Amino acid sequence: MELRVRALETVLSEKGYVDLAALDAIVQAYETRIGPHNGARVVAKAWSDPAFRRALLEDATKAVSTLGHVDRVGDHLVAVENTPERHNMVVCTLCSCYPWEMLGLPPVWYKAAPYRSRAVRDPRGVLKDFGVSLPKDIEIRVWDSTAETRFLVLPMRPEGTDGWSEEQLAELVTRDSMIGTGFPKTPGAPS
Amino acid sequence: MNGVHDMGGMDGFGKVEAEPNEPMFHTRWEGRVLAMVRAMGAAGAFNIDTSRFFRESLPPHVYLSSSYYKKWLLGLEDMLIARGYVGKKEIAEGHAREPAKPLRRGRFTVNDVERVMARGKFGRDAQAPAKFKAGDRVRARNLHPLTHTRLPRYVRGHVGVVERNHGAQVFPDSAAIGAGENPQWLYTVVFNGAELWGPDSDPALKISVDAFEPYLEKA
Repeated sequence: MELRVRALETVLSEKGYVDLAALDAIVQAYETRIGPHNGARVVAKAWSDPAFRRALLEDATKAVSTLGHVDRVGDHLVAVENTPERHNMVVCTLCSCYPWEMLGLPPVWYKAAPYRSRAVRDPRGVLKDFGVSLPKDIEIRVWDSTAETRFLVLPMRPEGTDGWSEEQLAELVTRDSMIGTGFPKTPGAPS
Repeated sequence: MNGVHDMGGMDGFGKVEAEPNEPMFHTRWEGRVLAMVRAMGAAGAFNIDTSRFFRESLPPHVYLSSSYYKKWLLGLEDMLIARGYVGKKEIAEGHAREPAKPLRRGRFTVNDVERVMARGKFGRDAQAPAKFKAGDRVRARNLHPLTHTRLPRYVRGHVGVVERNHGAQVFPDSAAIGAGENPQWLYTVVFNGAELWGPDSDPALKISVDAFEPYLEKA
């Protein structure tokens, strides 16, 4: 594969379509700028600031754009809130749509057949694969990302975090808790 | 197209296996493939819907047995050949042999990198008033286009409820095949588990898709 990719790169460069340095810069930008830390800041802010939480649920693109330290998310971001009655889970059954700016590039399992096939039909079984279980009476809402809308799950704030700063709270927010295949870390539990 | 990429509800793929401490790229070439797709797309060689259509069009056995970024590479090669940007022989030999075809936005340079890091905007002016509103019961139409569509098979023919109107957006079915943006209203439509999966469904399951207006009819 390495050789085949290099061959195409060489052709694109020799034909004057792309500067190889620009490809390096794209890879570097992905490696350094995006990742779940962006989403974690948004979640921690929503847990700390009721006005921001309301704004986020109303129009996530707009709300996130007010946070200077998070990269531009473009349009079409929707935040969906977990409650004691409802758990949200996000999938893209058709390809691999995922909120890159909030969570980084998706992990392999998110893009692979087992998750894409089962999340819409047996989400509790999928959660079991992650070692997570939900009481039977809690509604599960699965969001299939079939268009350019991107979904960010707003997990429930863990108990025992009264008075915590946004920075402390952000440490508890896992990538999977923002996809809906996990929960935030429990305060004081070994990580 | 009714391809193997349309996986919702299929059986037999096994457990979801997460890799602990997964790196962003497993090999150097994965990052290069991602960068080439983003750069050539931003330079105007293709749009996101066309690139999805080419990946879906890989032979089913290739699609199912290739890693994610291998699919991206194979789709990219096919697309660049089909659009006349590179020749098959050039890829095989690893060198340019023919004159370049002009790119709509010109050569992709380091100055263009910021452009690919910001997400595209897909909202457009509507061509007609919206037919549906939140609360309306709608049926996903029984459509089987041979070309690209974002209406998954598992909802076709089933009845759901409109939850939200996202405005008019680029219509992937048109954009993927070079038929223009043809903006259409986009709605989140919610289905009950039992409506899609029958009496054995998880009773507390609801599934939503984002569906363009041409995918829907009044129920």
